[in-house]
Amino acid sequence: MSTGTVTPTTDEQSLEAENLRSRRGFRMPRLLGSATDITLILILIVVVFAVLDFQSFFTVQNFTQILINAALLLVMAVGATFVLITGGVDLSVGSVLVFSGVIAGKVMELFGSAGWGASLAGIAAALVAGTAWGIVNGLVITKLHVPPLIATLGSYGAAQGLAQIITNGNDLKNVPIELVDSIGFGRVFGIPILVIIALVVAAIGGLVLWATRYGRRTYAVGSNAEAARRAGINVDRHLLKVYAFAGMLAGLAGILSFAKFGTTTLAGHATDNLNVIAAVVIGGTSLFGGVGTMIGTVVGTLIPATLANGLVIVGLNSFWRDFAVGVVLVAAVYLDQLRRRSRSPR
Amino acid sequence: MTTTPLLEAREVTKRFGAVEALRGASFQIFPGEVVALMGDNGAGKSTLIKTICGVNSPDGGEVRFEGRSIAGWHPKAVQALGIETVYQDLALAPDLDTPANLFLGRERLKPGILGALGVLAKKSMRAEASQVLKDLSVKIKDETAPISNLSGGQQQSVAVARAVSWADKLVIMDEPTAALGVPQTQAVLALIDRVRDSGRSVVLISHSLPDVMQVADRIEVLRLGRRVAQLVTRETNEEQIVGAMTGAWTQEVAA
Repeated sequence: MSTGTVTPTTDEQSLEAENLRSRRGFRMPRLLGSATDITLILILIVVVFAVLDFQSFFTVQNFTQILINAALLLVMAVGATFVLITGGVDLSVGSVLVFSGVIAGKVMELFGSAGWGASLAGIAAALVAGTAWGIVNGLVITKLHVPPLIATLGSYGAAQGLAQIITNGNDLKNVPIELVDSIGFGRVFGIPILVIIALVVAAIGGLVLWATRYGRRTYAVGSNAEAARRAGINVDRHLLKVYAFAGMLAGLAGILSFAKFGTTTLAGHATDNLNVIAAVVIGGTSLFGGVGTMIGTVVGTLIPATLANGLVIVGLNSFWRDFAVGVVLVAAVYLDQLRRRSRSPR
Repeated sequence: MTTTPLLEAREVTKRFGAVEALRGASFQIFPGEVVALMGDNGAGKSTLIKTICGVNSPDGGEVRFEGRSIAGWHPKAVQALGIETVYQDLALAPDLDTPANLFLGRERLKPGILGALGVLAKKSMRAEASQVLKDLSVKIKDETAPISNLSGGQQQSVAVARAVSWADKLVIMDEPTAALGVPQTQAVLALIDRVRDSGRSVVLISHSLPDVMQVADRIEVLRLGRRVAQLVTRETNEEQIVGAMTGAWTQEVAA
């Protein structure tokens, strides 16, 4: 049989077809992957504001302020990046943040709401409370087969409700001064600890996603869950871990928020979930799963924060932020669709 | 026959409720052989294959691999014997690149503490993936591109390459060319030839008579849940095969 002659021609033909297709289709520079366009948009936004009011906008202090404002969302967005890459969604984050803050507050009350002992107990309590909600989400999704949208919409309501039942609707305000001085307003080498924590979380999340088997399997599950299952990956257990991780980060955001604002902000996080999803999607993570980067999520979190900050500085109403973020969000998803359309049909 | 079969199913029966999918089906494949498993829709091909790979457990009869009974084993245990299956619907992760798909579920970790932290040995996997593809003469334009950017034929080649690289002994392919064009089909058939050349066996489930005539050493035909013919490709013709599939011609009542 003439395998030797048949194969090269067919392969060359299909290679040629491939080249043609990719030349016509979308081609992304490698470095930032799917986050390239959106990084350019962030740079453009920064340039525009810098041109409009260089002295107020383009300063280290102002950039630090932007990072502080973005820190809480970024911590939650890191978890949401994993969730969205699996093809899921987590609407419960803002409520879990509030719930975890309330639990932390209650636990710290037991320690007199003062001293490092109380602070550490509060941090631990917030992480445990957040993780617990994540596990609940994961179990409802994998064991009861409730779609993530509904499962986490349920815990969005339930966590918020429980937080209000526990506090009787009154915000807890007793934060140990140690916590406020460190996490809340502390700085190391001039960089706010809040920002350092958020960036470290993002860096660890990014490394896990990019370099580890856990990250690889997160993409695999979101890309084709059935293929992952057939390849011997325990898809349910992986999803459970991803939602638990996202819950834990919402818990972390809970104690960070408590330390930053000095209150459990019961009513302040109702739209966090949508802001987080918007940030992650703007950053190039696909709602359909299988695609996304942590760099993209960092950029996607900074765009709304930069817009909010810059618009106020140039004297526009900050309501314009919501409008601008809406436009950027739709544009980001449109780009994702273009990318998907450029795929081969099979 | 001179040797013992690599894999043998004897008188396998399987019911799903009122439906008798396998009514004493038999099948044999020897080392280094490409055997086509043919039959009309509903003849029981897929059920028989699923019973062999452990997805179903048989109600009766025997499945032996290298003389050892494997009927009712867990799919993972069957895989560990060196048997891999290529499914009709590919079972690839479209957003992952070629090496990631080849190592899907079997990711290799770095040695030492990084490995303990779950860090992937990407370089080593990439190198081995390239080697596997080279050995099988599969040309992928860009191995670091998501698999969805490849043509259907190249995707199928990756699916086959994955099965081949993990199967030490037997590759089972369920309609591997069903959705492919002519050149892509030829590439997959050439790949099957190379698997045989490496000493491994291939079970090819196919409806395509030309494919089967081109690549199979033998043909086993199922009809209504039972084997009705064992043919040597060189000594048969399309008419006889179609006759066996439709019931116009029967070689054996039971194996």
